[in-house]
Amino acid sequence: MTVKLRLFASVRELAGFSVRVLHLAEPATTEDVWTFLVGQHDGFRSWRPSIRFAVNATYVDGTTVLKEGDEVTIIPPVSGG
Amino acid sequence: MIRLQREALDIGEIVRSVSRPTSGAVDVFIGTTRNNAEGRLVRSLEYEAHELMAAQEIEKISARAFERWPIDAVSVVHRLGPVAIGEASVVIAVAAPHRAEAFEACRFVIDTLKKEVPIWKKEQFEDGTTSWPGQPTGKN
Repeated sequence: MTVKLRLFASVRELAGFSVRVLHLAEPATTEDVWTFLVGQHDGFRSWRPSIRFAVNATYVDGTTVLKEGDEVTIIPPVSGG
Repeated sequence: MIRLQREALDIGEIVRSVSRPTSGAVDVFIGTTRNNAEGRLVRSLEYEAHELMAAQEIEKISARAFERWPIDAVSVVHRLGPVAIGEASVVIAVAAPHRAEAFEACRFVIDTLKKEVPIWKKEQFEDGTTSWPGQPTGKN
């Protein structure tokens, strides 16, 4: 299946890209997307407790099963205001 | 009115946007960009957002404020991109029949925005280094 990964802020900078289309084996979850990202840069290994996932612009809890065409976003700690 | 914009914030416009004949109070919170962080001088700041999601999350916060308090109107406008030191980065205006609700709802909106809304601040320091406050670094 194909999903779109969108990255922002510190995650985008460390990964070195902002959008990537991923081909994942089904069933795929948000954790599989995180595993992909850790594979891209070892520096992400310690980040898991700090980040949240969003699917199609909505926060999702824990491990969420993805559907074809979903947009997955990694949300590092926010700092607006 | 909920908006993310690159242009400077027009505080008068945002206050006028919540004006209702039923209101007896408008509480306004203005967040401004500080020239220091963790004891270091900040030269410039920049905001980045997941814009669609940020607007939706602010809508949800506004809806929660309407559920909790008898208020008339809420506006939230946040800057994106580079923001000079001392400028307004966010303005929240809440109109209500009475001031207690306006104060409480306005505080709720800014406190929740700072926890939930996918907007990120990048600080550039005098020495040229940068930081995403509160975010992990690439070093294990």
